[in-house]
This record gives sequence, C-alpha cells and structure tokens, in this order.
Amino acid sequence: MSISNQAKGVRRALTRNWGRRTVIGIPYLFLILLFTVPFLVVLKISVSETEGIRFQDLMSYADGVVQLKIKLSNFIFLSTDSLYVQTYGSSIKFATFNTLICLAIGYPFAYFMARSPANIRPALLMLVSLPFWTSYLLRVYAWKGLLDDHGVFNNLLIWLHLIDEPIKMMHTGFSMTIGMVYAYLPFMILPLYANLVKMDLRLIEAAKDLGATPWKTFWLVTVPLSKSGIIAGSMLVFIPSMGEYVIPELLGGPSTLMIGRVLWDEFFSNNDWAMASAVAVTMVGLILVPLAIFNKYQADTGGVRGV
Amino acid sequence: MTSRFGKAWLIAGYIFLYLPILTLIVFSFNDSKMVTLWGGFTFKWYGVIANDTEVVDAFILSLKVALMSASASVLLGTLAAFAMVRYKNFWGRTAFAAHINAPLVVPEVITGLSLLLFFVLCERLFGWPDRGILTIWAGHTSVGMAYAAVVIQSRLLEMDKSLEEAAMDLGSKPFQVFYLITLPMIAQSMLAAWLLTFTLSLDDVVSTAFLSGPGSTTLPIVILSRARLGLNPTVNAIATITVAVVSIGVFAGSLWLSRQETRRAAEQAAAYREGMGLAVAA
Repeated sequence: MSISNQAKGVRRALTRNWGRRTVIGIPYLFLILLFTVPFLVVLKISVSETEGIRFQDLMSYADGVVQLKIKLSNFIFLSTDSLYVQTYGSSIKFATFNTLICLAIGYPFAYFMARSPANIRPALLMLVSLPFWTSYLLRVYAWKGLLDDHGVFNNLLIWLHLIDEPIKMMHTGFSMTIGMVYAYLPFMILPLYANLVKMDLRLIEAAKDLGATPWKTFWLVTVPLSKSGIIAGSMLVFIPSMGEYVIPELLGGPSTLMIGRVLWDEFFSNNDWAMASAVAVTMVGLILVPLAIFNKYQADTGGVRGV
Repeated sequence: MTSRFGKAWLIAGYIFLYLPILTLIVFSFNDSKMVTLWGGFTFKWYGVIANDTEVVDAFILSLKVALMSASASVLLGTLAAFAMVRYKNFWGRTAFAAHINAPLVVPEVITGLSLLLFFVLCERLFGWPDRGILTIWAGHTSVGMAYAAVVIQSRLLEMDKSLEEAAMDLGSKPFQVFYLITLPMIAQSMLAAWLLTFTLSLDDVVSTAFLSGPGSTTLPIVILSRARLGLNPTVNAIATITVAVVSIGVFAGSLWLSRQETRRAAEQAAAYREGMGLAVAA
C-alpha cells in the first residue's frame, strides 16, 4: 500500500514537473527565439565587415590561427558624425518633453477621474481607453487634417478673422509634439488612474484633520503615494517615444530629427543594413536605463493594471 | 467631490482625445476635392474604397494575420502568465520576466529590424522562411503574447487560489482543475487579451513594414503610404469604418463583461444564502 502510494506520489511529481516545464518552456523558447536571438543577430551585423549585402563571419580560421574581426567603424561614425549626435539629442529632447507634458495633463486628469462618483468611473475609463483601441496610425493622420496650412484650425481662424494668413503648424516641432502627446496620453493616464483609484482616502482625511491645506495634502500625501504610477506612466511614454517613427514621418519636419526615423531611412532608403543595426544597438543603449526601471516597476507591482 | 475645475479639466481632456477622431469621421462624408473644405455630404469615398482592390486585399490579409496572431498570443500569453504567477522560482525567472515586459515598450523599429535580419539569416542558412504572412505573424505574436501575458497575469494574481486547492483536495487531477476551475475564471481576461492583441495586430505598421514581403501588404501599410503623400479622403473613409467597428466591439464587449459580473455576483449571493440556510437548519 505504502509503496503504491509512494509510486503515485512520484508519478504525480513527475507529471507536475513535466507540466511545469511545458508551461515555462514554450513561451520562454518562443521569446528567446523571436526576441533575444534576433537582437544578437543585429549586434553581430553592426560590427561585421560587409561585402555588398553579405556579412562575413566574425570568427575565421586561417593558418592555424583563429581570428576575430570586429569592425567598430559604424559606431565611431555614429558617435562623431554631427548629424547623428544631433539626432540623439533631439530624440531625447522630444521624448522628455512628451513625457513631461503627458504627466502635466494626465496627472490631474487621472486624479479627477479617480475622485469622480464611483458609478461614472467605468464610463470615464472606457472613454480613455476607446481611442487606445482605435488605430494609432489613423489618429496620428487625423492631426494632418487639423494642422495643415489649409487644415481645419487655420480655416477656422481665418473664417473668424483672427488671422489673415494661415499659421505654419505642420512639419514643425509643434505639430510633432502635439501628435506625440496625443498618441501617448492614454498610456500615462491608465496606470496613474489605476494607482490613484486604489489610494486610501483616509490618509488624505488624516492630513486634513492635522491641519494641512488641500494643496499641501496633495503634494505631501497624494503625489508621494502615487509614485509607482508616475514611474510606470512615464516609462510607458518615454521609452517608445524615443524610437517613434510614424509621428515624425507624418507630422514632423526637417527640424524634428528622431532616431527611429533615421534607422528606418538607413534601412529602407540607403539599404545600409550594418549602419541600421548600429543605430538600433545605440538606441537600445539609450533606453537601457529606463527599460531597467520599467522592468523593476513591473516586477514590484505585478504589471500595469487597467491597460 | 469633483470640483468645477476638475470637471473642466476632464471635459477639455476628452475633447482633446476625441476631436481628431470626430474630424476624421466628418470629412469622410465630404464631397469636395479640397480635403479640409466642406463641399456637401456624400458616401462616394466608401464606394471608392469598396472597389479599390489594393485596399480590399490588404484588409483581408490584415484580418488573417490578426486572427492568427491574436490566437497564438493568447495561448502563449496564458502559459507565460501561469509561469510568472504560479512558479515563484525557476531558473532564469528574472530574465523571463524581462522578456515579457520588454516587448511592451521597446520601439518597434528595433524589434522589426532585428526580426527581419534574423529571418534573412535563417533564409540563407535553411532556405526558409520567405518574407510574408508567416514572418508578419511571428512579429505580431512576439509582441502580442507580452500584452496577453500582462492582462491574464493581473487576473491570475487576483484569483482566489483556495478554489483550486479545494478541487485538488477533492481528488481532481491537475488537468481537470485547470479545465473546470481555472479556465472559467480567467476566460474573461483571455477574451480581453484576444481582443487587445487582435486590434494591435490589425493596426501595426512599423514592424509589419520590415517583415512583409512583395505581395503581402497589410492595410496599415497601404494607409501609411497614402498618408505620407498628404491628405486623402479614402483614408478618412477607412478610418470611419475602423472607428465604427471598434466602438461597437468595445461597447458590446464591456456590456457583456458587466452582465457577467452582475450574474456572478447574484449567483454568489444565492449560494451564500443557501449556505446560511443549511447552517441554520443544522
């Protein structure tokens, strides 16, 4: 009896182990194959000698010696060429602007949403996520029609006799910033709302009872308590906007250099795969720290709720 | 509680979020060569896109890819969510978590480029795969499964584990427990994840541009190539149809979810009353 029980136990442990391996192994393998390995390929190509579009092996064996050839000229070019250096600066600048503006608009928005009557909150939340479900490409395109020289805004202002000549808004830093804020605002609002709606309101009452003004309560209690929401939202906005392609392509202009668009052009227009790879590696280097912060946040809180 | 200022802020925010979408819709019914000048009401742009084979073919391909990648994303995402929530220590768990979180934020130009170069390498080594629907599917799935994992993970974390334990104690096999207890409890989040990954795939343009080959053009690629050249009323018509379909889908979905929620609450209350009745009788 006890032996058969033991055997049962062993068999159960084995099947559980097998199940465990499947559950972890399949998605793990898939991600390594389609995420890590491809990036290693990019890393390799960025430092390979190229002949046309053929890449030579990094390691070669000749005359009994193993040779390792690494070409760093792409990276040297990327770090000295003034256009590239300008592009990094302007990508960081636009991504930072975008994050700060989204925070300035999104924080009060999420705060007022979270403090609305409980029965209308689901509707308010749905109204924020609905544009998020609609095509991002089309929402960016919509701003072309609004900001164009002959667009809705200019036509309206002329019709109201506020201006005589159309204001140049398209293909400037203004049109690009407004497009970025528009596209990324829900990413800021959703994690902030998820955080603020869970907040223990008794803490705020306590601060009031102890004589703090509403303004002081907000800065000393509410904001520090929502720190994780602020970090999550900021990373969800900052990291993808660093590599944004569609918005600079449709709304940006010659003055709005973005690294994602440069990568695209190196690849599709110049057909320079090695240079495009080097740009990709550099971009990963630039977002590595924010990525680590985001990852730590996700691990701490179990993910962005409400997305 | 909400002050007048708060209300004004919310209203202004919603106007900002919805104004561009509304103008897109309004100007899709515009009978004028000037895209932003009103020239009367018309349905003609809808007729134009219905007869535009480029648009129709691209739309069909987009649908195929989205169906395939949403289904695969939910399958893989469910496994990944289970791995994260149920197994607290296994070799490489931190790396696994990073692998799930990274695709949510890594710019698509990077994932698109790296997958393409990987597939080119594979093609040189093994003669497979050609660029087309398969490579697009792989790209969408690798991002989609991360989104699906996050959505399902948060449901699993909220879930009461004691129900599964009770089923185990009553002698159910692990597979039975999963099928009879766990699956019905996470089914809603799986549906939400499916819808989300479906729309993400339907909408994706950057990584698709890298991964599509000749003859495999999806709808967003067609839209991007037209939008680049300037304002185009056919794009507005496509946009209006998308917005209509998505709004109806999301409305119906959330209505269904809230019905389910009320029904479950009612059933729980009924079960509780019955339990109380039994206790009193005893």
